[in-house]
Amino acid sequence: MREKRIRKKTLMIGMIMMGLLAALAVLAPLICSCDPLEQDLYNVLKAPGSSGHLLGTDQLGRDILARLLYAGRTDLAVMVLAEIIPFFTGTFLGMVSGYFGGRAEWVITLVTDTFIAFPYYLLVIVVAFATGAGIHGIFITFMLVGWLVYARVARGVTSSLRRSEWVEAAKIMGYSDLRILVTEVFPNVLPQAVVVLMTDMAALLVSIVTLGYLGIGITPPTPDWGMMISEGQSFVTTAWWLSVLPGLMVVYTGIALSLLGDGLADFWRRDSV
Amino acid sequence: MNEQSGITEQDFRKKIFWKWLRSAFLRSLLVIFFVMIAVFFIIRLVPGDPAVMILGEHATEDSIEAMREQLGVNLPVSQQFLRFLSNIFRHGDTGDSLKYGISSREMVLRFAPVSLSLAGFAMVITVIVTVLLSFLAATHKDGIFDHIVRVIPAFTQGMPVFWIGLLFILLFAVHWRIFPVGGMKEGPFGLLYSLTLPAITVSFGQIPPLVRSLRERLVEVLNADFVITLKAARIPSRRIFFGHVLRNAFVPTLMLFSVNLSYLIGGTLVVEQVFGIRGVGKLLFEAISNRDFPLVQAIALYCAVFVVIISFLTDLIAHWADPGTEA
Repeated sequence: MREKRIRKKTLMIGMIMMGLLAALAVLAPLICSCDPLEQDLYNVLKAPGSSGHLLGTDQLGRDILARLLYAGRTDLAVMVLAEIIPFFTGTFLGMVSGYFGGRAEWVITLVTDTFIAFPYYLLVIVVAFATGAGIHGIFITFMLVGWLVYARVARGVTSSLRRSEWVEAAKIMGYSDLRILVTEVFPNVLPQAVVVLMTDMAALLVSIVTLGYLGIGITPPTPDWGMMISEGQSFVTTAWWLSVLPGLMVVYTGIALSLLGDGLADFWRRDSV
Repeated sequence: MNEQSGITEQDFRKKIFWKWLRSAFLRSLLVIFFVMIAVFFIIRLVPGDPAVMILGEHATEDSIEAMREQLGVNLPVSQQFLRFLSNIFRHGDTGDSLKYGISSREMVLRFAPVSLSLAGFAMVITVIVTVLLSFLAATHKDGIFDHIVRVIPAFTQGMPVFWIGLLFILLFAVHWRIFPVGGMKEGPFGLLYSLTLPAITVSFGQIPPLVRSLRERLVEVLNADFVITLKAARIPSRRIFFGHVLRNAFVPTLMLFSVNLSYLIGGTLVVEQVFGIRGVGKLLFEAISNRDFPLVQAIALYCAVFVVIISFLTDLIAHWADPGTEA
């Protein structure tokens, strides 16, 4: 009973944290009237809480609060949008390989193994480099790399379902494979895939920020948490908050997504039992 | 009768092992081949003419044509690919670095030792801390420490590795001055000293999820029937632990590291950038900003082949210890 309440709480807290973040990102222009690009060269590297800049200013006198909020807008939007295509392609490929087995499974696992052989960041960095820095580079990179996790999970669930009574029954009824995949298999794969979506979004955000930090992610002057961390690195001894604050935003998002994922997993597990 | 069945079981295990070995070996070779294909085509995604990129917009037609010839990009893609493969198989190389004019393999080999020591150091830290923490958590199941260990992954999964590195620099190098801010000291001790903070950084994010899964496995083993039987037979718990539990948890731990290896290498590349270590990661970013394609190709290829070989070897040990291991 107590356990159940705690689990419900996990989902609630995750939803509240994520909702707050989404609200901050969407309502950024209303929360803070300042421009993330406006330079106030008389007030450079101000500490938080000084002269009308709630969280201080950076080396060009740009307001840090505004930059954090606007960077959040970009980073979170890219995170959600870049996850859509891999979510569906990965789930689909995983279902196909798990359902048909045999040659389809062999080919898809070979491709998966090949991609897994590349150190994740190496692959992301090289593909981002090859496709050019910027948002479209990030999209292409994750279209190529992002589907792997979904394929693995979907394949696992599907191959255990393949021999289930429902699928057997559906086959006897003479349903086509496509219809079985859509009506019988997909509804069972979806909850698992959504749970993976939550943890994978956190990983994707970290990658976006890492690319930004390395200078091959979102292109300046558009603010991005990773670029903010990298710009602040030169001032780490005197103005540590420049690098620490954007990192905390990333960590906060990660915690929110992780709670959401754990909460959803428990929610569905209880439902299915 | 009894003896005979014992022999057949051993034979059976041996047979499974050899069968696994053959298919895994072939598979690793295939993956390496596909890695080569992937590297070749990913690099070809780069828009524009590499010759123009190297010589600049204002180069003469003739010099661009000569450069195209030298790079081999005037040939059709299929022939370029064959040339790429034959270069790898004949010389073990992906061509000369455009910037430095020497073999890209030489370049990678020159920068590899530092990166390998960093990755190896991080691996050692990861193994020791993971095993220690998961044993503590599993043996004191549902205690405070166990709860902490289970919650921590939620916090660390969203932490960018370079940001952790910066925090560590801020705390241990700037605030407490225990470690150097960056760069490398001379001599083996200096190397170890300069690599400590980067190695802790690389392993920091890896440990929590590893602890979570190893703890799970250990709890399973500790509750297994044979452990309960051993306990009932009054075998000292230390002997049960080291003689039986540890052995049963060994294979899954090994598999975990095999899976995690590629993240470890990737983390190493990024962390080098934070601490200003002149390793393969640094070389990669220099190559990227110089648009030095053969060098980028070589780094991607060697890193991937390295991961394939190491994970094949760890799988080999795991299967040798327990031929029934999945995957």
